[in-house]
Amino acid sequence: MKAIDQSHGKLFMDPDPDHARKFFRKKNRKKMNKVMDLGQAIETFVLDGEYLAIGGFGSNRTPIAACHEIVRQGRKGMGFLGHTSTHDMQVLSAGEVYDRIDISYGVGLEARGLSRCSRAYLESGKVMVTEWTNYALTARLKAASMGIPFMPARTMLGTDTFKKSAAIQAICPFTNTTLALVPALYPDVAVIHVHEADIYGNARFKGIAVADIELAHASKRLIITTERLIRHDEISRDPSMTQIPFLLVDAVCEVPYGAYPGGMPGEYFSDEDHLTDWLDAEKNDETFNAFIKKEIFGCRNHEDYLNLHGGRERMAALRAEECLLHKEFYREDV
Amino acid sequence: MKTYNHMEMMIIAAARELENGSTAAVGTGAPCAAAMLAQKTHAPDLIILFEAGGISPRLVDMPISVGDSRTFHQASKAGTMGDVMDACARGTVDYTFLGGAQIDRYGNLNSTMIGRDHKKPKVRFPGSGGANDFASLCWRTMVMTVQDKRRFVEKLDFITTPGWLDGGNSREQSGLPRGTGPYRIITHMAVMDFEPVSKRMRVISLHPGYSFDDVQEECGFELLRSEIILDTPKPGVSELEILRKEVDPRGYLIGR
Repeated sequence: MKAIDQSHGKLFMDPDPDHARKFFRKKNRKKMNKVMDLGQAIETFVLDGEYLAIGGFGSNRTPIAACHEIVRQGRKGMGFLGHTSTHDMQVLSAGEVYDRIDISYGVGLEARGLSRCSRAYLESGKVMVTEWTNYALTARLKAASMGIPFMPARTMLGTDTFKKSAAIQAICPFTNTTLALVPALYPDVAVIHVHEADIYGNARFKGIAVADIELAHASKRLIITTERLIRHDEISRDPSMTQIPFLLVDAVCEVPYGAYPGGMPGEYFSDEDHLTDWLDAEKNDETFNAFIKKEIFGCRNHEDYLNLHGGRERMAALRAEECLLHKEFYREDV
Repeated sequence: MKTYNHMEMMIIAAARELENGSTAAVGTGAPCAAAMLAQKTHAPDLIILFEAGGISPRLVDMPISVGDSRTFHQASKAGTMGDVMDACARGTVDYTFLGGAQIDRYGNLNSTMIGRDHKKPKVRFPGSGGANDFASLCWRTMVMTVQDKRRFVEKLDFITTPGWLDGGNSREQSGLPRGTGPYRIITHMAVMDFEPVSKRMRVISLHPGYSFDDVQEECGFELLRSEIILDTPKPGVSELEILRKEVDPRGYLIGR
C-alpha cells in the first residue's frame, strides 16, 4: 500500500510491533500477589516523561483516585491519551501532568460545559496536540492489541481532523478506495477502574466497556484500581466474567469509590454538585489554586477526599441515585 | 403569544424526523432529548445507540454523559465503543444527530477550535469525539443547532466533521462511504436539506412565525430555497406535554 496523503500531526509513540514484542516477551506473567497501595503503584509504574492512558469514559468508571495521586506526586512531562477524557483530563490539566496529547475528546465535560482549566492549558501553547476521533483512537489501541502496525479506517477522511492527526491515507489494494491508516498505539502505562479484581489482577466490571479491553491489551504496564478485592475462587467459578486477565496486570489497588466524583455502574452515580464546584472554581485562577490545594494536595488519599465530601452518607445518596430509587418511590402509576 | 420556546420547537421538529424502527446514534443534550421524545411518541421502536457502548436502551432519565448508566438502562447490550462504531461502519446505523460550534453551507462542522493557529488556538473546544466517525459512517447525518449568524459561517476555522466537504461529489471522492452524508439541519427557525447536485444548504420548511428572510438574516452564507417551502406544523399539545413532563422534567434543556 502506498501513501497518497500525509497528515501534519506529531506521532508521539512508536507503532512498530516488533519493538513492542520485545517488551512483551519480558513482561512479568507470574501469577503473583500484585496488591499494593495506590501511592506505591503510581510511584512504581507511572513515570515522568512517559505516555499515560486513563480507562473508562471521562466521568464514568474512570480511575479519578489515581488521577489525583498522579497530580499529588507531581508527575510532569507525560504524553496523554485524551480519548473520551473529561473530568480525568481536568484533574491532569490542573497538575500540568502532560505536555503532549493525542486527543479525540477533551476539554469538555459533555452536557455540563467546558473546563476552563483544560481549555486554558491547551490554548497556552504549552501542549503539543495531535487530533483524532473516538473510533480512530479505539482502532489504534486495537491495532496494538493485535500486534499489527496500523488499522485501516473509513473515518477522518476529507477533514482537518485528518490533517492534524498522524494518520496516513492510502489506496486499498482490494477495493481501490481511499482509506485512513491509523498507527498502533502502545501506551507506556494505563490505569483502569473496575468493580472486582482478585490479588493477581483478574478483573471484571459491569456496564459498558468503552475501549478498556483494547487499552488493557495494548498498554505496556497496567494498574487496576478496584472497588473491591475478591477471592480468586470467585473469579475461577465463572471465568467467562473476567474481562482483564492477570497476565496484563502489574498492580492491583483496592480503592472504594475510586471513580468518585464520577459514577460507577450499579454502584454510585456521579456527584453532579461536586463536578459543578470544579467548573465554578476554575473561573478564577486564585480560587482554583486554593480549590486544588484543598481537594488534592490537602488530602493524603482518596478516603480523605471522600470524607471531605460527605463520606458514607453522601455515597449512599449517590447509590440511591444510580439505582434510580427515586423513580421507584414515585412510580404510583404501576 | 407562543406557548412554546425555541428549544422546544427545535427538539420537536428533530424528533419528527426519526422513523419508527430505525437506528440512531446520538449524543447527550438536545439530540438525546429528540430521540427520547421520538421514542415516547411516534417511534416506540426507535433503536438508540450511544458511542460509549450503550445499545438500544430504554431512556427513562436524561443521560448527562454518553457513557453514564442511563445510556444502557434496560438496554439490549452494554457493549464497547468498537461495537457501536463498527455497526456504523458496517452500514447498520440509519441516523446520527450532532451539534457543533460552527457549520458551513455544505454541512461541515467545527467542534475543535476558533482561531487560525492550531498550536495556539483562540478558543479550544472538545474536538471530534465520535462526531467525525458518526458523520462519516452513518447513512444520514442530522444536525441540531440554534439559527445564529455566528454559527452558520462562510468558512469554518477547522473542519472537524465532514459534511458534503467542498460540495458536488467531493465527499464520495474523499473515500467516505458511498450514500452517506448530511440530511437535515434543524434549527429553532427552520428545517434545511441539501440541493442534490451542488450539495448546498437549502430551506425546506419554516417553523411558525419565521420567514425565509428571518432565517437568511441569521445565516452567514447564502441559503438556497426549496421549490416548495413547507410550514412546519406547530408543536402539538401532547408533544409538548411529553417533552416537559417525561423527557426533560428538570428543564435542563428546555429551561422550564
